[in-house]
Amino acid sequence: MPQPFRIAGASGFWGDRNDALLDQVRGGPIDVVMLDYLAEVTMSILRMKMMRNPNQGYAGDFLKALDPALHDIVERRIKVVTNAGGMNPRACAQAVIELARKKGIPGLRVGLVTGDDILGQLDSLAARGIALENLDTGGSFSTIRERVLSANAYLGSEPIAEALRAGAQIVVTGRCTDSALALGPLLARYDWAPHDWNRRAAGIVAGHLLECGGQGSGGNFAGAWEQVPDLANLGYPIAEVEESGEFIVTKHSGLGGLVTPAVLKEQLLYEIGDPRAYVTPDVVADFTSIRLEDLGANRVRVFGIRGMPAPEQLKVSVSYQDGWRNAVALTFVWPHALERARASERLLRARCEKRGLEIDEIHVDLIGVSGAHGPLAPAPREEPNEVLFRMAIRTRDRESAKRFGEEIAPLVLSGVPGAASGLLSGRPEESVIVNYWPTLVPRDAVRASVEVLES
Amino acid sequence: MRTVLYNLAHARAGDKGDRCNIGLIARRPEFYPVLVREVTADRVKHLFGDWCKGPVERFELPNLEALNFVLHGALDGGALASLRLDTQGKTYGFALLRLEVEIPEGLTVDPLI
Repeated sequence: MPQPFRIAGASGFWGDRNDALLDQVRGGPIDVVMLDYLAEVTMSILRMKMMRNPNQGYAGDFLKALDPALHDIVERRIKVVTNAGGMNPRACAQAVIELARKKGIPGLRVGLVTGDDILGQLDSLAARGIALENLDTGGSFSTIRERVLSANAYLGSEPIAEALRAGAQIVVTGRCTDSALALGPLLARYDWAPHDWNRRAAGIVAGHLLECGGQGSGGNFAGAWEQVPDLANLGYPIAEVEESGEFIVTKHSGLGGLVTPAVLKEQLLYEIGDPRAYVTPDVVADFTSIRLEDLGANRVRVFGIRGMPAPEQLKVSVSYQDGWRNAVALTFVWPHALERARASERLLRARCEKRGLEIDEIHVDLIGVSGAHGPLAPAPREEPNEVLFRMAIRTRDRESAKRFGEEIAPLVLSGVPGAASGLLSGRPEESVIVNYWPTLVPRDAVRASVEVLES
Repeated sequence: MRTVLYNLAHARAGDKGDRCNIGLIARRPEFYPVLVREVTADRVKHLFGDWCKGPVERFELPNLEALNFVLHGALDGGALASLRLDTQGKTYGFALLRLEVEIPEGLTVDPLI
């Protein structure tokens, strides 16, 4: 029996645990580590960082994770695949080369995938008659054109596979689908045929189970959360993939966490739409075909996966400036905490009016009573001991958003009684809203390019 | 007999733009038909009321003994623009688990809550 190909997940978003990579590398045998850093919000934050400094614009956390693990990775010949490149994959790849030099590691080959950034092509796409209308709302692109900050196509797994075939040990991409970080290495390992949709779909499903880090092995598990061992040392998930496309999800035995069918079901259903058609640039996977078998001891077999041909168009994520927001909060104590929170809402609304603030929308949360679920939360059976009153606003006018933040602290002396201000640290500051505009472009509008750098 | 959905299922929710999806998973295989019968798209839409501006779609995954709900327009414009406390709707699975459902005679349910 040939050894399966072992892919380990080590990051689910920018901000995840930086020591997960070292845990995966040292915890037992693996062939590849994949690290996902990109969410819808991340690319626009990275764009703004890059606008301030052209050497920034990537998820610097990747370097922090890589630093203590690089010697082990090189020694054990583990491949590392990541989309940490974000808006600036070249700067990220160069930072990896720099790190290798600093650590005295010669000959480290770093693959660089670019071509996802199509910001400079938007006008030529429009000239070709490509509408770029909002995939969700049908909205016209002209309404946001002047406020666009970034535009990135979701690349698939082929450029990653190409970089690995060209000898890269570490591959850095910009925007690619999270699951391509698993399918790319699988294509390089197994050379699955381009139209082998079932096996490609299996690779995508494996990627989907690994792309959220700890969520694939007991983190954020709602089923029986109190039974998940040692979340402080959570072992992120590992997929042991066979040439047939069947795989087993597991974790290193020396680390915490839990791998059961119930845990994997939660992750399979995470952030999906129609399960019959999970669309990626590589294949359309049918999640209703997935079968799970519990092998015990934190091992679950995943099989039966069917796929359908890849789509003709690629998804593009555009981010654009969409006004400002600010939020203020005060805690009110027993008795009549709710009434005093509601009175404070009326008071703040009157103050906004008196000061002439231009506000497009106001939202109030009564935290402790209905903060997270609003009208879905039933009324409390008894008078609450305390209520955290939070009021958030959205506006096109930055100055109004800023001045709204000035109105909360005076309530401690000039408002209704019983307010604790411990959550206030100075004046709450306004923040820019960067919104998300999903759209489609023809495949030929995007050209991925692959190069390999060496330390 | 009636019970709260939390006793029959667990859930994970996530966001895509202004859509929230909730994966609802039967705690035991025999609970799955109860979910299919009781937790309809209409009931979910009604439960979320004004907090879900658009339609609710429901998809069945019998292999996983699970349902997937897609709630359109449920995130106050999407995580990046939302003024709500839970901008990504990550806790909305627990909101769904409040639902009261009818269980058939003879089906044993361990009360977790």
